[in-house]
Amino acid sequence: MGPLRIVVAKPGLDGHDRGAKVVARALRDAGHEVIYTGLRRTPEEIIRIVEDEDASILGLSSLSGAHGFLFPRVCDLLRENGLNDIVVFGGGIIPMADRPDLFSSGVRAIFGPGTPTEEFLHFLNEVKKRRISNEPVGVGFSDGWHWR
Amino acid sequence: MVGIGDDSMDQSQLIVEASNGSRRALARLLTLIQQGDQECIDSVLSFSSVKSIGITGPPGVGKSCLTDCLAKIFADKGERIGVLCIDPSSPISGGSLLGDRMRMEQSGVHDRIYVRSVATRNSHGSMPLRLKAMISALSMAGMDRILVETVGVGQTEIGIVSMTDSILLVDGPDRGDIVQAEKAGLLELADVVVVNKGDLPGSEQAAANIRSGLALGPASNVPVLIVSALNRTGINELVEALENIQLRASVEIVKWRHRLSSAIMDELVSNPSFDSTVDDLAEGRISIEQAIQRIIRQ
Repeated sequence: MGPLRIVVAKPGLDGHDRGAKVVARALRDAGHEVIYTGLRRTPEEIIRIVEDEDASILGLSSLSGAHGFLFPRVCDLLRENGLNDIVVFGGGIIPMADRPDLFSSGVRAIFGPGTPTEEFLHFLNEVKKRRISNEPVGVGFSDGWHWR
Repeated sequence: MVGIGDDSMDQSQLIVEASNGSRRALARLLTLIQQGDQECIDSVLSFSSVKSIGITGPPGVGKSCLTDCLAKIFADKGERIGVLCIDPSSPISGGSLLGDRMRMEQSGVHDRIYVRSVATRNSHGSMPLRLKAMISALSMAGMDRILVETVGVGQTEIGIVSMTDSILLVDGPDRGDIVQAEKAGLLELADVVVVNKGDLPGSEQAAANIRSGLALGPASNVPVLIVSALNRTGINELVEALENIQLRASVEIVKWRHRLSSAIMDELVSNPSFDSTVDDLAEGRISIEQAIQRIIRQ
């Protein structure tokens, strides 16, 4: 098997990409192949990129407050397109009160400011374990599990 | 429907689906090819490749932006375009940050354009292993033309000549004095040369330097154009030049030399004992000569 292919995406009109770039860099240094979309992508564009790149993990970054619409929309489109195995995680300024809804829409982890980079590497290890033991982890198979 | 991560489809089904135009099957097929799946590689290599252009040049001259621009123009003419964007893998971690899509705002999500970011992984140089098979897979999947954007290269990284039919060398203004253009290397193998960022000062001078460097040699007919991928100027002339490339016999020999040596290199690095031999070398257990003995003359 090759390295994990991970799309790091910036949905919507938010132009803050420092966090996304730090995450992309940390994933690269952990030996993964990271495809960075650049700014201001629509959910439809993100789905196309995930499909064409044969990625298995999708990270969404938003700091503008639009996560409540954009993250569930991306998860819905992934399911509609049969991309049920993709694992979605989010990052940015996501208030605690908003997180339960995002988890139930299919996002499996949310990382806020100050998260040590080891944290999302541990998350990816957990994803790997769940995949190997055939426990649901992709966006299309919900058993309510999410990271922390 | 083939699900990504869904391994229920075997290789022959994937090949049928990809040939029938399924983007997802094509995406998965390219993954398997890059991983070295011999059944997939052998199947796709039996398809003849469509026209392919290698887009190469130093880092930061605007290769991705120009590739985006060209892919969109060809696609708007009704062609289906496959784009492979190569970026380096870390020699330490093996990871890669594939950032070409940042610059590919028009073609990255176009219905007639398929873009794939490719990391060099454990290849010896700047060309990923099995690139030729990836080009064949795109041809099989119904693409009319394939663009391969290389990593940012120096003067001697000419591996791309062995992979594509023709070479577009992209340079920028302010890249050095006229002696740079007299040096031997990549410039001699280009079929078309462009100075991108033509909106910046110095591009006329850069183009003049390149022209004078080429004028005295066998590549004196090679067009040297000034374009701006950002402002979309000079692009129609570039497309016309790409459509009218004359293959040169002196370059054909070079291409075959590189095809052969890169095929040998692919074989070598894919050898099952390669990694353990590297470990033995690093631990001082064997010498370079013994390593060669083990891998090549086994």
